[in-house]
Amino acid sequence: MTDLAATDPLPKPKRDLAPVLLPIALALLMIPLIGSTSSWLTLTAASLAMGMMIFIMASGLTLVFGLMDVLNFGHGAFIAVGAYVATLVLAPFAASIQADSLWMNLAVLAPAALLSMAVSGALGLVVERVLILPVYGQHLKQILMTTGGLIVAEQTLYALWGPQIIPMPLPASLRGSFILGDVAIAKYRVLAMLIGLAVFIAIQLVLNRTKLGLLIRAGVENREMVEALGYRIRRLFLGVFMTGSALAGLGGVMWALYREQVHASMSDDLTVLIFIVVIIGGLGSIGGCFIGAILVAMVANYGGFLVPKLALVSNILLMVAILMWRPRGLYAVTSR
Amino acid sequence: MMILSGDPPRSRVLTLLLVVIILALAATPFLFPGAKALNVAAKICVFAALVASYDLLLGYTGSVSFAHTMFYGIGSYAIAIALYGMGPNWAAVATGIVTGLPLAALLALAIGLFSLRVAAIFFAMITLAVASAFQVLASQLSWLTGGEDGRSFQLPELLRPGTVLISKNLFGFEINGRILTFYLVFAISALMILALLRVVNSPFGRVLQAIRENRFRAEALGFRTVFHLTYANCLAALVAASAGILNALWLRYAGPDTSLSFSIMLDILLMVVIGGMGTIYGAIIGATIFILAQNYLQSLMGVASKAASEAGLPLLPGLLHPDRWLLWLGLLFIASVYFFPTGVVGRLRHGGGKKTVGPSH
Repeated sequence: MTDLAATDPLPKPKRDLAPVLLPIALALLMIPLIGSTSSWLTLTAASLAMGMMIFIMASGLTLVFGLMDVLNFGHGAFIAVGAYVATLVLAPFAASIQADSLWMNLAVLAPAALLSMAVSGALGLVVERVLILPVYGQHLKQILMTTGGLIVAEQTLYALWGPQIIPMPLPASLRGSFILGDVAIAKYRVLAMLIGLAVFIAIQLVLNRTKLGLLIRAGVENREMVEALGYRIRRLFLGVFMTGSALAGLGGVMWALYREQVHASMSDDLTVLIFIVVIIGGLGSIGGCFIGAILVAMVANYGGFLVPKLALVSNILLMVAILMWRPRGLYAVTSR
Repeated sequence: MMILSGDPPRSRVLTLLLVVIILALAATPFLFPGAKALNVAAKICVFAALVASYDLLLGYTGSVSFAHTMFYGIGSYAIAIALYGMGPNWAAVATGIVTGLPLAALLALAIGLFSLRVAAIFFAMITLAVASAFQVLASQLSWLTGGEDGRSFQLPELLRPGTVLISKNLFGFEINGRILTFYLVFAISALMILALLRVVNSPFGRVLQAIRENRFRAEALGFRTVFHLTYANCLAALVAASAGILNALWLRYAGPDTSLSFSIMLDILLMVVIGGMGTIYGAIIGATIFILAQNYLQSLMGVASKAASEAGLPLLPGLLHPDRWLLWLGLLFIASVYFFPTGVVGRLRHGGGKKTVGPSH
């Protein structure tokens, strides 16, 4: 350690770029394996879009864990609730969804997404107060409580909307693809990528440029210290939990539109993907979560193209490989 | 008390309950006529053993595994595929057992070593991911597993319902292959539960509890926690696979819905928590309550739902619909984790005392 004079600038934190290069390397590696450039571009675009959606859903979970050491196994419930709530807006305005005007479509989609976020955020408030507050610091009970919450939420959705699959057609102007030469990129995927990037940038800005973000990052690193400095970290956590739930709701709407259907069990498969993403990324790390989501989506898309039968298994292999490399995920931010 | 490994129920009511349950199960073929009662009784036996093996993990080591149905499914599928492929003979049964059990143990070893190498907190998530991958694999390999349809098979001659061992006019009851199968299931389940009771009351079981209470301290005392946890994981997997074998033998079928689906995992979790974690006896109580509710509460809810819809109440018919019974069990589950973390058994033992079992990790 060299001595620093008081006037010297603080040493810059070391940038760890290896995980960032990983998805890029993976994508480049796939070019010769897939063969045709146009299908490679389509698959890459699909992976990025899927990755962004998974990132939106997973970001809340990873922050919740990082900040408060809470394992929320019921996170998938917010996804399903978000998707179902969106149908409340989208179904009555089916006509303007089918109209071939981007603005009319967005005028319905945006309120639907906002309502979903509001409802799942509010549900997050209830879940945090009722289910998680009594079991802070007890992982086993957290897992049990939130699993119970997931069962109740899923069954309530069935009771309210019935067990059938609800179709959720894409708006007319978002159907079809942009054609660039012989490459086709679905319009909706471009939108998903844009929203995902916007969410990522917004989270990064809040975390790195605001006092709130500073407190959150400090809380992730050392909760007691932040409390000792007089900040009410419980309230901070409630805010993060609600934001995470709202983002999961948004992700649910986007995923439902992507699949063009809503079902209460849609969250089951997604929960597994999200867990893999959160583990790969390193619990509590937004950057790791972002890269993890893209990696998982790439493996799903490329893998689905090359060896279609092994889509889910390949994700497990990815997780194993990454944990062998870095046992605590790509970026280990918490000391736990 | 040798047979209970020096760990008696320690509560009069609990002892009485257990005796009633075990006697009722043992006498089901004679007391309650009809196929449904026998099916329910066999299911209770199988699940009591399965849940007890899960209790070894959840209650005694404090690690939440979501892959327990995977081991159960491995047992079921191993015996089903063997009997389906090799025909109904005892060699096939033996083949199923000698392939299924080691496979389950090896997989448990792999999961244990891998997920315990990384942060222990990942264990629940990793088991969930592996279990769902296995589920996909089982439905994809349809040439082997029969895909979504599963595999139906015939049992060896001796265990078939048509085989009459003791005719009706001797005792007034007919003892046929079906009843023999039931007692096979009953006896093996009972043996497994007694064996688990032995395990948790051995020095090994004490170490597991020490790890549950404070892993760091257990490690500091010189116990190799990874070894103990992995060993417990493998033992639980072996018992779960054996329970799967019994289940497949009883149903003469193995398929994703009866042996692999995630809802079975949730059922196991509900049973162990309602019965009481870390007691082994809780498994018997939990399985009995849950399966009786599953089979008889549903019809009650159907009646209530009908009544509510006839009375013109909004929402209530949907909430009381028989398919929604998990909703109420989920609420019960949350309430029991919150208010009775020790489950029925803990409640009966300590009379509602404040002592809590379970890790405060």
